[in-house]
Amino acid sequence: MNYETVIGLEIHAELATKTKIYCGCKNEFGGEPNTHTCPVCTGMPGSLPVLNKKVVDYAICAGLAMNCEITRYGKQDRKNYFYPDLPKAYQISQFDLPVCHDGYVDIEVDGKTKRIGITRIHIEEDAGKLIHDDYSGTSLVDYNRCGVPLIEIVTEPDIRSSEEAKIFLDTLKSILEYTEVSDCKMQEGSLRCDVNVSIRPEGETEFGTRCEMKNVNSFSAAVRSMDYEVKRQIEIVEAGGEIVQETRRWDDTKGVSVLMRTKEDAHDYRYFPEPDLLPIIISDEWIEAVRSRLPELPAERRARYINEYGLTEYDASVITTSKKTSDYFEECVKSGCDPKSASNWLMGDITRYLNEKELEPSDIPFTAKQLASLLSLIQKGTISNSAAKKVLVKMFEEPDDPEKLVEKLGLVQVSDEGALKQMVDDVLAANPQSIVDYKAGRDRAIGFLVGQIMKASKGKANPQMINKLLKEALDNM
Amino acid sequence: MKFYELTAHEVRDLIKNKEASSVEVTKSVLERIDAVEDKIESYVTVLKDEAIAQAEKVDKKIASGEETGALAGVPMALKDNMCTKNILTTCSSKMLYNFKPPYNATVAEKLQKSDAVLVGKANMDEFAMGSSTENSYFKKTKNPYDLTKVPGGSSGGSAACVAADEAIFSLGSDTGGSIRQPAAFCGCVGLKPTYGAVSRFGLIAFASSLDQIGPMTKDVEDCALILNEIVGHDKNDSTSVKREYPDFTKALTGDVSDIKIGVPDEYFGEGINCEVKDAVLGAVKNLENSGAKADSCALPLNEYALPAYYMISSAEASSNLARFDGVKYGFRAEKFENLIDLYAQTRSEGFGDEVKRRIMIGTYALSSGYYDAYYKKAQQVRTLVMQDFEKAFEKYDCLITPTAPMTAFGIGEKTSDPLQMYLADICTVSVNIAGLPAIVIPCGYDKCGMPIGVQIIGKPFGEADILRTAHLLEKTITKIRPNL
Repeated sequence: MNYETVIGLEIHAELATKTKIYCGCKNEFGGEPNTHTCPVCTGMPGSLPVLNKKVVDYAICAGLAMNCEITRYGKQDRKNYFYPDLPKAYQISQFDLPVCHDGYVDIEVDGKTKRIGITRIHIEEDAGKLIHDDYSGTSLVDYNRCGVPLIEIVTEPDIRSSEEAKIFLDTLKSILEYTEVSDCKMQEGSLRCDVNVSIRPEGETEFGTRCEMKNVNSFSAAVRSMDYEVKRQIEIVEAGGEIVQETRRWDDTKGVSVLMRTKEDAHDYRYFPEPDLLPIIISDEWIEAVRSRLPELPAERRARYINEYGLTEYDASVITTSKKTSDYFEECVKSGCDPKSASNWLMGDITRYLNEKELEPSDIPFTAKQLASLLSLIQKGTISNSAAKKVLVKMFEEPDDPEKLVEKLGLVQVSDEGALKQMVDDVLAANPQSIVDYKAGRDRAIGFLVGQIMKASKGKANPQMINKLLKEALDNM
Repeated sequence: MKFYELTAHEVRDLIKNKEASSVEVTKSVLERIDAVEDKIESYVTVLKDEAIAQAEKVDKKIASGEETGALAGVPMALKDNMCTKNILTTCSSKMLYNFKPPYNATVAEKLQKSDAVLVGKANMDEFAMGSSTENSYFKKTKNPYDLTKVPGGSSGGSAACVAADEAIFSLGSDTGGSIRQPAAFCGCVGLKPTYGAVSRFGLIAFASSLDQIGPMTKDVEDCALILNEIVGHDKNDSTSVKREYPDFTKALTGDVSDIKIGVPDEYFGEGINCEVKDAVLGAVKNLENSGAKADSCALPLNEYALPAYYMISSAEASSNLARFDGVKYGFRAEKFENLIDLYAQTRSEGFGDEVKRRIMIGTYALSSGYYDAYYKKAQQVRTLVMQDFEKAFEKYDCLITPTAPMTAFGIGEKTSDPLQMYLADICTVSVNIAGLPAIVIPCGYDKCGMPIGVQIIGKPFGEADILRTAHLLEKTITKIRPNL
């Protein structure tokens, strides 16, 4: 039997506010343990939370970017549970009146647009971090992350495969990046997700029983966990078993999920309205002020690249996925670059280099202007394409103006007709068989001769001119 | 002159006029503490050296002609649930037996700026849960008028220390009557301000939506004076209200001819001791004689306030007290098997019975499947009780009621029956439920010589009216000092 996968996601994104959600402590990753803390974020007796308005602002911004309704009267609630990283023994979150609800995000799947519903976006505080010291056998708590503002984005169960989920997550990440709501630094845990998976026989309209997967720390881990879970569920059903609603923990190193708790052991969080905080009243003016500050979003930018710059849909999508890349691309174009060659270089050699070194687009060490100069050197024929690739690597290693690097590496292209003619004559004299082959109609021979010249010139000969001169010489023979 | 017997405004004037130094007054109060504290046991912590050091600082300030605060040099006590930086703040619980907060409560900070002198931290019912101060982990405070009787609670230490002249004034906190009932039992003045008038920042929470800090004093003028110093919006407390607050001492005009008093029948029915009833009605008569108008009125929904109060306050408490888990500060059980056991053992050993009882009630009321029937229902009742008051305040400026159905009861008399103990709050809880201000002053003494307190309830932010009314009423009552 064929099964349909049904996936819903809960994404936690750390907001890029300067200070924490309920106190004035810095919202900054890292720092010595327990240095970005105060009586409020460490939940000292008698301390009280005061809502950082920016957090609501950012949540509204995310909501508008995801086509949500914005709540006019919201409130905050306490989610009660005991854990050492939660110093108040409750998390301030939102239960039934989240800041945003009923929105959607459109994603591109196989060239078609698919709409994923956003159930809600609510604000909440992050917890601290437990550090287990195997040496002393104790656990320590770092409260620096306590009170870091989060939004939790909950989707409708509209996703039908792990591939769709990956596309959705990438799209969501770029929206959060474009709006600057979150810096989306995966390795710092700025973006985390819980995955809900169920399966049902194809054609069935009722949903199957779902399982939730926690501890999914990257998008690729999310995909792996979904694939694993779908397989696990199909195996159970095929064996005549029944799926039990449960929460599972994803172990990415082992590639398996393990049972955390069943529905019977589910926590009763005893949510109730947070009495220390006032209701969140959001006015039309507030919403409009945020709306007017909304930047161009990835989908809009993609359309513009296709229409204005003539990029292909695929190229436009790849370039706009990361705001950093896209901003970089625009700067290149502004510096006079041909949009197509800029996008080719960004998507080709630059991305390849970044991936190899596990770097982010923001790690590109040279300016867009410098990249533009490099491309113009190719265009002017000063250097060859292959020489430019060498210069690019050098630009990553010792960022400098490409003109200087070209000189340093001795890569200036020889375009002097006299010198090139001499090279052509030399190579023809040395390879009479190739002349015979060419005359016999074997075009391959010309490629071989060009290669010989390039080799002899250490790649500096202008390939277009060599081609032309060779042909002329051969045809005149 | 016995400095310790004076009121805050008298002490302030003496010091201002350089007729006494703060050190002299402070020493006098400390000597009084030495003399009677063994009998009364109102303090968890007495800060002898710190108090004298602070008094010296104030005296120096005065000598150098520096400007000083409105309470310059006046010795005071704070209830032990208000955080004082690096000074033991226990909530009278084993759970916090060693807890020294890293910061000051806003009220502590403000009174420090007013140049008051902190002499000690007053005993209370554990985490402010109780009506007799018998729930303190450390000691049982006695009523200065009869050492076999309770001082009331939960601010029993704050009331007893003022009544016994162990402090010139004190602060208490009131969640369901915890300032007013002990003020009535100990014959002093206690004011619970409107919810949001005084910052709760640094007050170790019992029930966040009900808790309010207020002054406990020897007379009404002091009450207005202290309120002036602690009232106002605090950026650290979102529930504190931003508005203009008047100079409350200026409200004490001695004229009540424009005041319309409502006397709700429901507060004078079954269960109210006759002597209490007579004294309170006598107080109303005195006010009428001074030109105020009085009428009987109805608050029909008030009887539902008590159960709603116990639901809401316990629910909030179950969450507020969850942080006391032995992880970061305070008491931690010595023996435990694992994390869950650490929580279980620490909380079993660290909390007293009454606290555990409320945590269990509150946890139950918030549990999935019971929330609607208990917590939500109680919140609905709360709205109705508020409307009940609103209606009454359309006609009246203030309402006058007894503070408690009885005068101070014997130590141990009600400890075995929690419900009987809860009934001690029947006249006070609806005021918290509705967030209103109310003041209690002595209005007579029963045949055993125990003080009787009258409660004057005001409109939201109507502190000036009830202070004015209480101030005039005070003049018609002959005050009897406890005989210690």
